[in-house]
Amino acid sequence: MENLIGGIEILWRLDVLAALLIGSIGGVIIGAIPGVGAAVAIAILLPATFSMEPIVGLTMLLGIYGSSMYGGAIPAILINTPGTAVNALTTYDGYPMTKRGEGRRALSLAYSASFYGGVFSVLCLIFLAPVLAWIAPMFGSREIFLAALLGIILVITAHRGQVLAAGMMAGLGIFIMTVGLEPIKYSRRFTFDQSWLAGGLNLIVVVLGLFAISQALLLLVERDTAPEAKPVKGGLFQGMFELFRHKRVATASGGFGVIMGMIPGVGEFTAQFMSYTYAQRSSKKPEAFGKGSTEGLVASETANNAVPGAAMIPLLALGIPGEALTAMMLSVFYVHGVIPGPKLFEHQMDFVIALYIALLVLNVLVVVFLMFSTNWLLKIIQIPTRFLGVIILILAFVGVYSLRNSATDCALAAGFGVLGFVLKRLNLPIVPIILGMVLGEIMEIKLRTSMARVKTPFDFIDRPIAFFLFCVILLVLANFFWTQWKSYKSRKDSDTCLTKPSSTSFAGRMYRRRNSSLMARGSKDQDKP
Amino acid sequence: MSGTRGNKPAVRTGELLFLVLFVLFAVFLLSQAPDQVKWFKRTKWSSQPALWSMIGVGSMVLFGGLHLATRFRRDKWREELGESLVWLRSLEFAGWFMMYVFLVPVIGYLPMTLILAPVLTYRVGYRSKGMLWASVGAGLVIVLVFKSFLQVKIPGAMLYEYLPGSLRSFMILYL
Repeated sequence: MENLIGGIEILWRLDVLAALLIGSIGGVIIGAIPGVGAAVAIAILLPATFSMEPIVGLTMLLGIYGSSMYGGAIPAILINTPGTAVNALTTYDGYPMTKRGEGRRALSLAYSASFYGGVFSVLCLIFLAPVLAWIAPMFGSREIFLAALLGIILVITAHRGQVLAAGMMAGLGIFIMTVGLEPIKYSRRFTFDQSWLAGGLNLIVVVLGLFAISQALLLLVERDTAPEAKPVKGGLFQGMFELFRHKRVATASGGFGVIMGMIPGVGEFTAQFMSYTYAQRSSKKPEAFGKGSTEGLVASETANNAVPGAAMIPLLALGIPGEALTAMMLSVFYVHGVIPGPKLFEHQMDFVIALYIALLVLNVLVVVFLMFSTNWLLKIIQIPTRFLGVIILILAFVGVYSLRNSATDCALAAGFGVLGFVLKRLNLPIVPIILGMVLGEIMEIKLRTSMARVKTPFDFIDRPIAFFLFCVILLVLANFFWTQWKSYKSRKDSDTCLTKPSSTSFAGRMYRRRNSSLMARGSKDQDKP
Repeated sequence: MSGTRGNKPAVRTGELLFLVLFVLFAVFLLSQAPDQVKWFKRTKWSSQPALWSMIGVGSMVLFGGLHLATRFRRDKWREELGESLVWLRSLEFAGWFMMYVFLVPVIGYLPMTLILAPVLTYRVGYRSKGMLWASVGAGLVIVLVFKSFLQVKIPGAMLYEYLPGSLRSFMILYL
């Protein structure tokens, strides 16, 4: 209770509330513009918050982080273009609803589902806080090292079909982190005798290049588009009542969002996929999914909005980010002198509670704002993409140059911008680079300190949490290799099937057709002679 | 942009070229390791400054090499070079960005933004007066929000030194 009152006291200031309001509304606007997204906005605004008090800067960026997905649903539903990448699944059912004249209903339901997901995850956070406060101090150097190692393994293995690409990008991130003067032995690492490399490569410069400048370059080089959307007529409150009819799907999706959000490297996409699959399998009308199903829309929007709150758990409790946005938020915390980790829960619980309350309040602010401003936001969506590229390029300058007034930083950011542009064109993952940088640094420091007390390799995992994390790492790796082996075998089998004589191939097809028709008639029929 | 062959993974045009360049860069870094990182005697392996550099570069070579091996196609190089021209087009805008960086300390943040925004808008194909004025307006708002209101650290320009006293201080502080 004391912490709750302390948290409210921290937030109950005009400048903090104003920052929360600006961040929340700004996040919605940014999320609504296809091609911008929270990552770009946080990267650009981060240096602008340096001069602010920690809680003011943090709440503003937290507002953007927590609210961008709300805005992203608008273009996803009305023009079939997701505002942020995580709204892609919303287009499946949102846009078909718009096409059959139910745009208002879809938007209203999406806002309500997002609100439910957001509030659900914050409430979970609040109820989990005492547990986290109890567990967090049990994390020493070796536990944090193992958690960071688990995080990077999950980030790599979560990129299905691109695991090798994710691995090489994470390696690049770890390499970038090591460039410069090493602080213990004061030896230079990959500086090539260049003085401008001695200080290392700043995370914010790399983030701005890979996210903001690359996005500007992409918008400037690719074909110009200006999406059109018809205004929405009528109120948007009905969704709250309609959501009540889907409370089972909404609660399950919120649960998936919270669980997936807590696991580093997994995030919104897996949460959405699991929620959507669950909703479809348990629905009375599974055939309507992808054609304008309200349950599908609720599953998608609830799950993706439940993730940001939950993703704050490993970030705040252990100082380990699970994806690019939380990695940026980690640098926001560092810049403002707040060090996330076990000690934050021990000594600054009121600050943690203040952040939770801020997340809760921003959900209310955003949903109220959206109820009245959707048609106004539709005009912003229609900004031509190349013009948007010009604006992002100009904004990126503020972000990079205001860091240290360094032209070298700007040149590096431009270089990473071109790299990010190429990676985006090739659909190769960018996030592992950032997580490689952040988690690589954590692993380097924590391994060094933890090995000081380790004599045999087993000493490293002789504490319960360290042993548990070690087992989880082994399980994740075993599961990954097992999945790869199964997929290799199924590929090989289908290859064998293709190379068999046509009569055998035909028999195989008939066998599969028989099985599938039996399956369609129900399993009981299969037992009949 | 992509194509599949049999059960092999889809390869985006340009991916091969990128992977070759990436692996060559990683191999170059690996070859430079003896000069660029040090292994200290009587220091634990976990405290060696070279350890994490080598983990990073090693992962780049290993994963990059394997990825290249799974995507290698001998007959796609002409298309690959076509995609590389698109990459080169991005360099033009990176150049505009660097020009902006070098000219702000000379001309000033506000004037340079008010010049760059419409010029770049014109360059990317917009010709209407409305769009050009919109770009000027957007530039002005950006400067007012970041420099005047949020007070981000962007120093005054050399040209501001020629302005009369109070106006000079105002321009250096707010614009």
